[in-house]
Amino acid sequence: MAPVLAVEDLTVTLTQPGGPVPVLERLSFSVEAGRTIALVGESGCGKSMTALAIMGLMPEGFARTDGRIRLAGEDIAAAQPSRLRALRGSALSMIFQEPMTALNPVYTVGDQIAEALRLHQRLGRRAALERALAMLRAVQIPAAERRLHAYPHQLSGGMRQRVMIAMALACRPKLLIADEPTTALDVTVQAQVFDLLKALQDEMGTAIVLITHDLGAVADIADTVAVLYAGRCIEQGNTRSVMRAPQHPYTRGLMGCTPHLRLGASADAGTGPLREIPGLVPPLGRRPAICAFADRCGRADATCLDNPQPPLSEAGPSRAVACWHPEAHTA
Amino acid sequence: MTGLRRLGATAANAAGLLLAVVVLNFLLIQAAPGDPAQVIAGEMGGASPEIMAEIRTRYGLDRSLPEQLATYVGKVARGDLGYSFFFNEPVSRLILGRLPATALLVLSSLGLAVLAGAGLGILGARKPNGLLSHAVSLVAIAGNAAPVFWTGLMLLVVFASLWPVLPVAGMEDVATPRHGIAHGLDVAQHLVLPALTLGIVYVAQYSRLMRASMIDALNADYVRTARAKGLPERIVIGKHALRNALIPLVTMVGLQFGQLFAGAILVETVFAWPGLGRLTFDSILRRDYPTLLGILFCSALLVIAANLVTDLLYRLIDPRIRAGRPA
Repeated sequence: MAPVLAVEDLTVTLTQPGGPVPVLERLSFSVEAGRTIALVGESGCGKSMTALAIMGLMPEGFARTDGRIRLAGEDIAAAQPSRLRALRGSALSMIFQEPMTALNPVYTVGDQIAEALRLHQRLGRRAALERALAMLRAVQIPAAERRLHAYPHQLSGGMRQRVMIAMALACRPKLLIADEPTTALDVTVQAQVFDLLKALQDEMGTAIVLITHDLGAVADIADTVAVLYAGRCIEQGNTRSVMRAPQHPYTRGLMGCTPHLRLGASADAGTGPLREIPGLVPPLGRRPAICAFADRCGRADATCLDNPQPPLSEAGPSRAVACWHPEAHTA
Repeated sequence: MTGLRRLGATAANAAGLLLAVVVLNFLLIQAAPGDPAQVIAGEMGGASPEIMAEIRTRYGLDRSLPEQLATYVGKVARGDLGYSFFFNEPVSRLILGRLPATALLVLSSLGLAVLAGAGLGILGARKPNGLLSHAVSLVAIAGNAAPVFWTGLMLLVVFASLWPVLPVAGMEDVATPRHGIAHGLDVAQHLVLPALTLGIVYVAQYSRLMRASMIDALNADYVRTARAKGLPERIVIGKHALRNALIPLVTMVGLQFGQLFAGAILVETVFAWPGLGRLTFDSILRRDYPTLLGILFCSALLVIAANLVTDLLYRLIDPRIRAGRPA
């Protein structure tokens, strides 16, 4: 099956007074209809910038300098702004991290959902509002008729994020980018939102790019996972396989930072205290030419320090890793 | 609390404020130098002790202070603001005669300030580091730094002697009286310079304010959401950003309405505009207390009314201020 989204060698550069600074370097991944890819990694590794690059909404100063972004075969990175506008909100949409601020406080929820429908599907006001109402029901907002005329400040955080989802999916996009959609929400609400996304995806066949810190959610809903570090993809593959046997020391570190709850086991059974990865992601403009993780890596040796960044290379069936010393898993 | 009840509370507040102004006005009369009877007699051109006594009885000056206050409040409530001996007319009629000219001037200046200020601010905000944006900031600083009387005088110099294309005094051409549309055009022509003088400072202030709040709004998450929906920039700015960016501007305009009114005194004097400001200036020079107090009361009334309008506009623009019934 041809992928809905294929990002190929995407390179994004920030132009600064001190010269151009690489933000994303030769990033490649793809996702098929009805499937989910998760982009994971620490803050500052380029996850959100990847999302904004796909949407064509990068802030001033950031620009794609190489690579392609194909949406159903069409290179949208090279598209005219007007073409991109026509795709945004219809074939391609996005939900953001902060439901509290992502909705316009001075317009009703219904108006904001109907807006995209009126624009892209040329629906009249009444028809668009009817569809907006149907979407509110689809995202399981109770008393949807009343909520249609509510303002964002009258809704809870979880409800606002449901509204965002309704808004993003109103035109039945081929691709949905969800940038940490649950970070700002209560834990119980988080699970509900992920369940909802999954159900709507099954119904509409939407491809999802999920950006998240929540490895539990990744395990639950992502088919594939791409681990980003300092603007590069350092490990990629089938979610189950990557999570069961991470090959890059950074991926392993990320897993180690996640608490695992086992039913019937006491809290401190098994792995002992939660581990952390020492050090920080190198900031923009200070990324070394060698493996960017080398100075935080327990396995780094002369090879890592003397050679340029290792390329992402195949490491088993539908697996790739960028490491000079990938973890060998015999099991 | 429902919207109607809230509105009622606001109106009650305004009424209370107005009463306070009336009482303060009354106390100001009491504080005026000398015996009020003497002041009145002086305005009438001197008097004998008998006439002084008669004045006291006639104006109730022989009664106690609370009694006098009650009389005064009652009179003001009936629209009786006293009598101007200098202009030989009831103060209320004097003020009502001058009010339209001032209203025209103040509202034109306000319109100019809001439209030009908001327009320039929006232009400046679109590219905050662009040339246009810096130009707007520069104009704003210059406009803000120039005092009203100086701006007025400079405009007079330019349009009276260097390039005499606009009338520089009065409200209409007295030499050739016109009617209908011709009269309207004549007044409009006379209005240009005073309105510009009065409004330019506010154009400067509002453009700065609007630029800042528009930049804020354009960086807000909901604007990113609007763009992610594929909306054209015209709607992103004109619908999503503008309405949010207008909120601080509305506040500012409401707060400054009183200042604008005070500015009119100066401008009307410079351009011989026959409005309340001019009347204020004249009555200060003549120590015409009844007129002055009447104007004071009237301007308080207008400022309070302006604040009420601001409050209403606020509610219209920002649903968060409206009665927050849970959805």
